[in-house]
Parts: sequence; structure tokens; C-alpha cells
Amino acid sequence: MRAVTPERPKGAAWLIVGAAVLWMGLTILLPLVSVFIEAFRQGAGAYVAAIKDPDALAAIALTLRVAVLAVPLNAAFGLAAAWAIAKFEFRGKGLLLSLIDLPFSLSPVISGLVWVLVFGANGWFGPLLDQWGVRIIFTYTGILLATILVTFPFVARELIPLMQAQGTDEEIAAVTLGAGGRDIIGRVTLPNIAWALVYGVLLCNARAMGEFGAVSVVSGHIRGLTDTMPLHVEALYNDYNFVAAFAVASLLAGLALVTLAVKTVLEWRFASELAHGARR
Amino acid sequence: MSIDVEPGEFLALLGPSGSGKTTLLRVIAGLERPDSGAVSLDGEDFLAQTPRQRRVGMVFQSYALFRHMTVAKNIAFGPTVRPQGERPSKAEVQAKVQRLLELIQLADLGGRYPRQLSGGQQQRVALARALAIEPRVLLLDEPFGALDAKVRKELRYWLRRIHDETGVTTIFVTHDQEEAMDLADRVAVLKQGRIEQVGAPEALHEHPASAFVFDFLGESNRLPCHLAGDLATFDGFAAPAVAAPGAAAQTTAWFRPHETELAFDGPGVQAVVEGVLNQGGLVRVEARAADGAGFTVDLPRVLTPAGLGVGVPVRLRPRRVFVFAE
Repeated sequence: MRAVTPERPKGAAWLIVGAAVLWMGLTILLPLVSVFIEAFRQGAGAYVAAIKDPDALAAIALTLRVAVLAVPLNAAFGLAAAWAIAKFEFRGKGLLLSLIDLPFSLSPVISGLVWVLVFGANGWFGPLLDQWGVRIIFTYTGILLATILVTFPFVARELIPLMQAQGTDEEIAAVTLGAGGRDIIGRVTLPNIAWALVYGVLLCNARAMGEFGAVSVVSGHIRGLTDTMPLHVEALYNDYNFVAAFAVASLLAGLALVTLAVKTVLEWRFASELAHGARR
Repeated sequence: MSIDVEPGEFLALLGPSGSGKTTLLRVIAGLERPDSGAVSLDGEDFLAQTPRQRRVGMVFQSYALFRHMTVAKNIAFGPTVRPQGERPSKAEVQAKVQRLLELIQLADLGGRYPRQLSGGQQQRVALARALAIEPRVLLLDEPFGALDAKVRKELRYWLRRIHDETGVTTIFVTHDQEEAMDLADRVAVLKQGRIEQVGAPEALHEHPASAFVFDFLGESNRLPCHLAGDLATFDGFAAPAVAAPGAAAQTTAWFRPHETELAFDGPGVQAVVEGVLNQGGLVRVEARAADGAGFTVDLPRVLTPAGLGVGVPVRLRPRRVFVFAE
């Protein structure tokens, strides 16, 4: 038996592949390389100095502080939502699925603006909270909320198709073998999704650290205080401080490369345990 | 419905899909709660117990092995999740796993993962995993449904052997009548949530309780007849009848393809051959009467008359018929 493939000239194939490679090089690789070239234009000394700048360090610290809370929270939520959706039947499941997807279709600016609307000085709860001395907009809390909203779907979306495909057979088998709830989750459900969870957390983290639009709306752009790394890059760039801007940007680009590398390894090593085929 | 299972018995629940056989299993296992009714084992009220307390082993059509665990870990799962105090020691578990691996003839494959095994091997592991909890009842839900015909047959005899060795009371769900008849001590035929008949395979074949049971247990031919005592009379011929009490005088006679005689002349239903299928030692003849009724006749190859072919007019006569109360 031989698979039937349409006859096609070799030349045309190479032309198309070549065009694709060229296009990707121009649109993805070139900008990425240019980030590192610009960052090191004035040598390693200037690069290190730009990163050691107190405002830059503050931006890095803030970004890390946001991610360290936003990612675990969304991982916990994603896990719970995926578990409920994949393993149980209940009313409103479709609505919950749409809600989880909402941040994907929402412009990040809106994801920031809604918090201003709710907690801003003229927002619904802003004046009330102000009386108690609680401020959310232009603070760490606001940035955290905006980041959580934007990165809301990443873990859940990674887990839901996989857990739906796996079904509940193994859990039911565990019940008949006498396992209690804790054993079922700890020994059956979680190990089955471990790598997909890592994968989702990775994507979630990359977005949490790199988010610009939503964070920009709620941050207030106070240097050394409420500027995250992406916001700090913009601020430096607007100051015509290109070396420093690209130096900080290179850290984000580096994060992207590491994420990509780990993602590729996971996909290669655990292809069958990830649900990327079913992901939109 | 009500059914008693004897200790150590191998009972098959046989029925078409939607007859409630799987639901019955899930109720016994504690995966589903009935609206009413009772399930008890050795006098204990089963419905008041959690699945964990019931200790019922279950084997699924989909195997449902734990995909991230090795074969040995799969088998060890039940004993390991026992509540503290009842839990056997590591060495005991290991010894038990080894014993079960030998029982299922996969002694060398304990370190493999389920995906590295064939379907038949996976189902054997699933059985060992269920046996590891020393179940008081073993439930099998269409365990061979996902396997090809040859493996199915092999596993069938193997399962019966395991049952005879372990002596565990077994309830087996299937829609394959041949499988049920081959394996079980007794077969319960289910229809729409009711038990039509329970009995040993021979009893079901020789004394089917209803037309449904007769039809479900094999292929059947039908012919209107007049019943008088043990004799069914047709248009110009007659046949001995196994008549159920309460059968009407004008009724339908049911008979098997292998209890049907075929001739070119003499008394019988006039039909025209539509197909001749060679099935090894048997020849299957499909024929149709003028009124559109279809008949199937199974003839031993050596007894097939010469000149039999598509389009040939034949006469069909049942050797023995069954008649049921409506």
C-alpha cells in the first residue's frame, strides 16, 4: 500500500518553505536579535549598569512580586475549574467555559479599565475604600488584579481539554478499589495532569510578567514604585535611553526564550500528556 | 427485578444495550444509588455501605488502568489505599502483586506502563488489579468489548479458568450471547430493566421463556402455525412443538436455522434462495417466501444438496419449533 499524494513540483515546495522562513526571520527573529544587539550596543558594562539601576531593579522586583501571586492563584483556580468542568455535570457549565475564555477575547486595556471602574477614585467602591485608607488603583494590588484577569484562562484552558479527554474512568476505578477522595486526587487525578499543569503555569507566567496593556491602565507609572518591567521599558524608551530600554527588554526576551525552550522540551517529551492539539 | 447469586457462582447478565445490565452492576459496585430496592451480601445491607466498605472488584470495558503507573503499581493500588491499620505491609503487597502477575501470566511485565501493553494484556492487568483487593464479588462490565474476536475468545476461557482457581463470585455483563453461554454457570437475560429469564445455558436453549429470549440467543425463523398439544400444524405439514403454557391456538412458531430442513420438493414453505454463504463446515442459505418473509437455514456442508444456488426454488420445513405465550 502506498499513500496517495498529489504530484507536486519540488521547486514550488522549496519556494513556499523559503518564503515562510524568510517571513518568519523578518518578523520574529530579526526583532528578537535586534533587542539583544541594541542592549549591548555600548558594551556589557552599560548593560549591567542599566539593569543595576534602582528603578530597573524595582521594576524587576515588582514584576516578580506580581507573578509570584498571580500565577499560583490562577493555577489554583484553573485546576479547580478544569476539575469541575471535566469531571462533573452541572448547569451553567457552558457559561463557566465562556467566562473562562472571556479574557482571551477582551482587549487588555479593558481588563485594566474595569478595575479602574470598580476601584478607581470615581469608581463604584473607590470612595468607600478610600475612607478606610485602602487604595487599589495605582498600587501593587491594582496591578495584581489586572494581571490575574488577563492571565485567568491560561492554566484552565490547558487542563480542560486534557481532563475531558481523560474522562472519569480512572477515578471510578479508584473508587471501586477503595480509594478515598484524597487518594483519588493525589494519586490519580493530579499525576495524570502534572505536565499539562506545568505547561499551563509556564504560559501563564510568561504572560503575567510580560503583560503591558492592562497593567498600564492601573499602574499610574510611578517609577521605582508601580512600573513593572514592560512599563519600565516603555518609560526608558520614551526618555531616549535606548540602551537601558533594550537591556530591560532583553530580560523579558530572555524569559520568552526560556519559556519557549521548556515548552518545546515538554511538548517533545510528554506530547501525549499535553492537550495542545485541542487548544485554540 | 430480583436475582440471587450463589457464592462462587459465575453469573452472566445478557441483554441488548439499554436493558439496564450495566446500571445493575454500577448499583452493586456502589457507583449509582437506586431510587428503591435492596442489595445485600451475606445478609449485609450493601446500599448502606460506601464502595470502599463493599470491597467489590470491578473491571471496565475501557480497562481504566492508571496510565501514569506501572503495571505493578496499578495492581498494588487497592491494597495501598486501604485505611491505616488494615493496610498490608510493603513486602506483603509486593508478594501479592507478584502472585497476581503470575496468575495473569505477565510476570515479567510489572515494570511496563499500560500504554506499552496490548488491549488483551491491559484487560488482564485490570482483572489482577480488581482481584488484589480480595473482592467479595467481582464485577465485569463488557470486559472484552474493545478486543478483537480472536483475543476475546482466548480471554474468555482464561477468565473462566481464573474464576475456577480463585472461586470468587463473579457477575459478568455482556451483550454477546455466545460469550455469556460459553462462560457462565447461569445466564440472566435482561430486557428493558426486567429479567426475562435466568437459568443455566442449556436450560435457556432448551426451554426459552419468551420469544425475546429465543430471538436474543441466536438467529431465528418465524412461521404462523396452528397449535394443538405438542404439534404445530402448518400449511400441509406439521412439526413437534415445545409449547409454553398459555400459548394460543393460532400463534407464531419460532425455529432455529440449524433445525430447519431444506428440500427441492415435498411439503414445506415455498421459498426462493437469495444467497448461499460458505461458513467453514456449515453452509448458510438465505431464502425468501412469496409473502416476503425471510428464512435462514444452516446445513452441514456434507448434507448440502447439489444444484443449490441463488434463484432456486426450495421447500423449508422446521424439524422442531418453539411456541410462546403472547
